[in-house]
Amino acid sequence: MINKIWGFFIIIGILFTCFFGSINDLNDTILNSASNGVQMILDLLPIIVLWSGIMKIAEKSGMLTKVGNFVKPVLSKLFPSLKKDSKALGYITSNIVANAMGLGSAATPFGLKAMEEMQKENDQKDVASDAMITFLVLNTSGVTIVPTTVIALRMMHGSTNPEEIILTSILATICASVAGLTLDYIRRKRKKR
Amino acid sequence: MNTISKLIIPLFVLIVIFYAFRKKVMIYDTFLEGAKEGLITVFHIFPSIIAMVFAINIFLKSQLLETVFGIIAPILTKIHLPIQILPMAFVRPISGTASLAIMNDIFANFGPDSFVGRLASTIQGCTDTTIYVLALYFGSIKINKTRYALSTGLFADFIGIVASFLVVSFLF
Repeated sequence: MINKIWGFFIIIGILFTCFFGSINDLNDTILNSASNGVQMILDLLPIIVLWSGIMKIAEKSGMLTKVGNFVKPVLSKLFPSLKKDSKALGYITSNIVANAMGLGSAATPFGLKAMEEMQKENDQKDVASDAMITFLVLNTSGVTIVPTTVIALRMMHGSTNPEEIILTSILATICASVAGLTLDYIRRKRKKR
Repeated sequence: MNTISKLIIPLFVLIVIFYAFRKKVMIYDTFLEGAKEGLITVFHIFPSIIAMVFAINIFLKSQLLETVFGIIAPILTKIHLPIQILPMAFVRPISGTASLAIMNDIFANFGPDSFVGRLASTIQGCTDTTIYVLALYFGSIKINKTRYALSTGLFADFIGIVASFLVVSFLF
């Protein structure tokens, strides 16, 4: 799937620019994207390294399992394929909480860790497991309660009430998450039959 | 709300360290061990990030989306859908920075308290960079058969955008 999207973006992008755009810009884009990517990694690197260290402490002290136990009743319904004592549950919880608080960059290391733990329970290492898909649907439908960046931008542009979009975001997020999880559930069941 | 979200990280760090301290974990060594693992994670996601940024940049800079929107704009005005929101909705799944930039333009041109401004804020808050996240997360553990993950994620985003439109029309 990612193969197709990647190819599509590049082929369509280059062809369209060649016919209708400026070749000079295209050259700049191609040559600069690698350094843009490196910049992105440099932004991510310290956060991931720092949080992996802190989360390792939470894991060793048993806190992660405890948090996982606390939310297990809800999560085990969403992730029936994961082991009952899976470490992934703790990371999934941390990821969702960080996302919900609008701390996107702090959420990424937790999400990557969750994927790693789920991969350990995955039988076919190159195929996405049921749990991974459910997690990503939940993650990308964006359980955001406080969209910090949006609020900051609204403030900057002189909104009279920058926080007024919190409620609308929550309502729309609920619709998106429920719709995504429902479709995920249906497709998971259909495969089993 | 803002203070709460600012307190989350310091509180979280405090609780983690305090709890581990009481459980007599070797916190410093454990931190280093985890940080090293984090470094390896970054090493693993490095290629997927370079690859995605490369493809996304070429696609976004090609002006293809702008051209398509120019063609369908008259139809959208007829059904009272603000045209400015479309580029944002389409770019949102592939690039967080690009969609933020479009939202910034919308704020600058129409104001954050306009209908489009509120709609853009809500969409930004309730959807995510689905394609990018999938590429990153699956890439980090070398999964290339993603089954129905992408279409389900994009479906959720689509519902989120429709719901944003309805909620904002209804509440304001």
